[in-house]
Amino acid sequence: MKFSENWLRTFVNPPLAARELAEALSMGGLDVEQVEPERGDWLLTLKPMPNRGDCLSLIGVAREVAAVTDTTLVLPDIKPARAAITDRLSVTLDAPQACPRYCGRLVRGVNARAATPGWMAGRLAGSGVRPIGALVDITNYVMLELGQPLHAFDAAKLEGGIRVRFAGDGEKLTLLNGVTPPLTREFLVIADEARAVALAGIMGGLETAVGDETHEVFLESAFFSPDVIAGKSRQLGFGSDSAYRFERGVDFSATASALERATQLVLEICGGTAGPITEARAALPAREPVRLRLARVERLLGVRLDGTQVSDILRRLRFEFTAAEGEFRVTPPSYRFDIVIEEDLVEELTRIHGYDRIPATMPAAPAIMLPAPETRRDVPAIRRLLAARGYQEIVSYSFVDTTWERDLAGNTSPVALANPIASQMSVMRSSLAGGLLNALRYNLDRKQVRVRLFEIGRCFMLQASGDYRQPLQVGGVAYGDARHEQWGLKGRPGDFFDIKSDVEALFAPCSAELEPADHPALHPGKSARILCGGKYAGWIGELHPRWQRKYDLPLAPILFEIDYEALSQQGLPAYNETSKFPPVRRDLAVIVAEAVSYRAIREVLRRNIPPIVTEIGLFDVYRGTGVERGKKSLAFRVLLQDTRKTLTDAEVDSAVSRLVQVLQMEFNAKLR
Amino acid sequence: MQDVDAIVKEALAVFEGIDDPATLEQAKARYLGKSGALTELLKELGKLPAAERPAFGSRVNAAKERLEAALKERRERIRAQKLEAQLGQEALDVTLPGRGLGVGGQHPVTRTMERIETLFRSMGFDVADGPEIETDYYNFTALNQPENHPARSMHDTFYLADGKHLLRTHTSPIQIRYLESHRPPIKIIAPGRVYRCDSDATHSPMFHQVEGLWVDERVTFADLKGVLVEFLRRFFEREDLKVRFRPSFFPFTEPSAEIDMSFGEGWLEMGGAGMVHPNVLKNVNIDSEKYQGFAFGLGPDRLAMLRYGVDDLRLFFENDLRFLKQFN
Repeated sequence: MKFSENWLRTFVNPPLAARELAEALSMGGLDVEQVEPERGDWLLTLKPMPNRGDCLSLIGVAREVAAVTDTTLVLPDIKPARAAITDRLSVTLDAPQACPRYCGRLVRGVNARAATPGWMAGRLAGSGVRPIGALVDITNYVMLELGQPLHAFDAAKLEGGIRVRFAGDGEKLTLLNGVTPPLTREFLVIADEARAVALAGIMGGLETAVGDETHEVFLESAFFSPDVIAGKSRQLGFGSDSAYRFERGVDFSATASALERATQLVLEICGGTAGPITEARAALPAREPVRLRLARVERLLGVRLDGTQVSDILRRLRFEFTAAEGEFRVTPPSYRFDIVIEEDLVEELTRIHGYDRIPATMPAAPAIMLPAPETRRDVPAIRRLLAARGYQEIVSYSFVDTTWERDLAGNTSPVALANPIASQMSVMRSSLAGGLLNALRYNLDRKQVRVRLFEIGRCFMLQASGDYRQPLQVGGVAYGDARHEQWGLKGRPGDFFDIKSDVEALFAPCSAELEPADHPALHPGKSARILCGGKYAGWIGELHPRWQRKYDLPLAPILFEIDYEALSQQGLPAYNETSKFPPVRRDLAVIVAEAVSYRAIREVLRRNIPPIVTEIGLFDVYRGTGVERGKKSLAFRVLLQDTRKTLTDAEVDSAVSRLVQVLQMEFNAKLR
Repeated sequence: MQDVDAIVKEALAVFEGIDDPATLEQAKARYLGKSGALTELLKELGKLPAAERPAFGSRVNAAKERLEAALKERRERIRAQKLEAQLGQEALDVTLPGRGLGVGGQHPVTRTMERIETLFRSMGFDVADGPEIETDYYNFTALNQPENHPARSMHDTFYLADGKHLLRTHTSPIQIRYLESHRPPIKIIAPGRVYRCDSDATHSPMFHQVEGLWVDERVTFADLKGVLVEFLRRFFEREDLKVRFRPSFFPFTEPSAEIDMSFGEGWLEMGGAGMVHPNVLKNVNIDSEKYQGFAFGLGPDRLAMLRYGVDDLRLFFENDLRFLKQFN
């Protein structure tokens, strides 16, 4: 809401310059967004909070200024117009809860072509209101001045009396903006005996609008319940100054005086003779007294306000109250729709007293030591580990392109947004892969040649129950050489196993097991499911050549994605006795068929391990001269040790030959 | 017959001039070997009168010892010189870059959120979390914003196509979820992503928030001010930081405040806060006469921008390595 400072000063005139006044208002709770000079005047732009509909008028702002600066408020002098004629329209309230008060009056013989006086035009312009014609300008002026939206009908176009009722489903009414909205029984309308003539509290109808030819008007000033107006603008797709005020609450005690004020101006500017006011009334909103305990004020604020201070603030706010023994009973004024409970009053006291006068204290609370579960690995630990291994963290949007979901997650029915801001951000990701590849692409376009990225974020999947699973996932992408280009190290492309070691490091001390598995994003021969403790934990692999081509990547990146939940648990370290006797190392190389997986061999060895063997580690995989085609040679390091004595050669030989024997039996392995 | 002293003098001079071990051993042989000068001299012993023999013998032996000692010293010198020369050749250019793994780094916003968590944890706040796809109930209704409440227009909400869910517009739903499953005293912060359909230089459709909540019997508005002033000063490591609270409106707090901060000139909006609205406590069956507390919402993106001098919010979501690496 924007208005002239000079106009405001006709109601309240504190000894403060425009900017000081703006500062005082902002600190009192009415946010002044802008103060700009305008030909000997200042224009103030306010942004009242949604609960302060009472500040959407000059008089409302003036009340606020008077309270905040403790200055006298001069209310406008509104004299009732003399009813020179007796003509009137009947008013019937068919929906008394939605419209409990309606005032209207006829003014005949008006000159609609009269010029809007300069003082009024200037004030309207200051508030950014476009001049239309004297009659409409007057209604706009009174709305700005008093906060009461008004409507002027061309009385000659009305047929019979006024009826305030809900619309019929599909009832037709073309509004001033030319729109004929799809009306339902939720919309309140003003109707005459023939049809709806205005959308109550929102906008007048086109057919009964005043124009240059108008010579008699019916002025409407009504109170529409906030509930019946709220949300309608969003439904319609357009709002109005009137709807904006009614949904926030308009002073229901000022309905008639606003009509008098408008009449006064119409008679002054457009001439004519006024009829009597017809008023229809039902039960208006109640203003129940609210209890205010001084003890409660102190307990909430942490500072004591005494009875005198509280009475003084309530007086400045023009609230009616009674006081007795540390307790007040406060009746909020009709223009305040936001004072319902004690805390609402505490806020009023605090803002008028001054937020800056509340001390900043440190709460006295029992010292509590927070739990620190040692077997839980937190997200920061994962971030640090990946960063230490050369990965850079990214944050990408949770909404992605539909094609990413289809290509990279095989998801043809992703979680869709009803109102995305762009088509490439229209569905929720079920995988981090799209964001990672997108960021990779972005950086390759900026001449990066080796990229390691990771992201930790939620992904979203619809479950059969209709609920969403929203797991936190850890994803990474690696592109280019195994190491950054450097002296003394021959460059080599990073591959599956380089990245597998990063994944293994993430799980350590738990061991991540990989088993071949297809994934829509990945090369079918270079992809695996990650298992931890036998349970699915994620996937890893090289990007499928199809997507490599489609996403225009010169090299194939390696991607991984792991459920954070699987990473979050780690064992508590437990001590095992270390042997004092020297370990013995024996190397063992066997030739097996290509199809035999390392994992299968390791499992067999694990099941048959002699007690004195403490470690079996793979140190070479060889194919070529000396090994026939279709076979491979695996070389193991076998460490043997006893906790009670030094091992003899015979014991060592026997243990190693036991291993050899098992491998021969299970895999037809040959010693190399 | 050569004089003993003359031989010693000559030998010492010879040894001093030798730089390699082989030549030194040859020189040793010339003086101390089987037919060396001193050995030859001893062979003359028998020709001397008996009375002079002991004195002569001990002179020669002393000379031998002197030469042995000089040899030993020389050998060590030669060895030391040799080692020194070798070490000189082995010297590295220690200014060459280290080899091996490079390092990556953390995103400036998650770095900031961790810093916020660390500061609040040190004050006893636990860290909570919640879903990003939310229901209307948790995002609005339970937070005292019934349907059609004008305050809802403050949030441009992303709705899901299922017509039932939305993307949380703030981290405040975590308050409700936490309060439903815990009883006071409650002291948490909850960082996370939030969404609003808005995008320009100062808005991103996705950004971050950190929610704070402290509910107990006597947590006051003055305490809210104290905790937030303390946090901002610790976060920016500036004791001269000014913080001001302005009246504001949030449906789920009463009284409500806007938090502004200043490094000296001009005020920067840092977030919203207030005393938890009794209706919010009622919605989770907590007696609002017995318990009270405060809640606040801070913007980690904005805190990161001010802390590191970033002037465009969108940089955080572009994921340009040249930008990200500046925070490593």
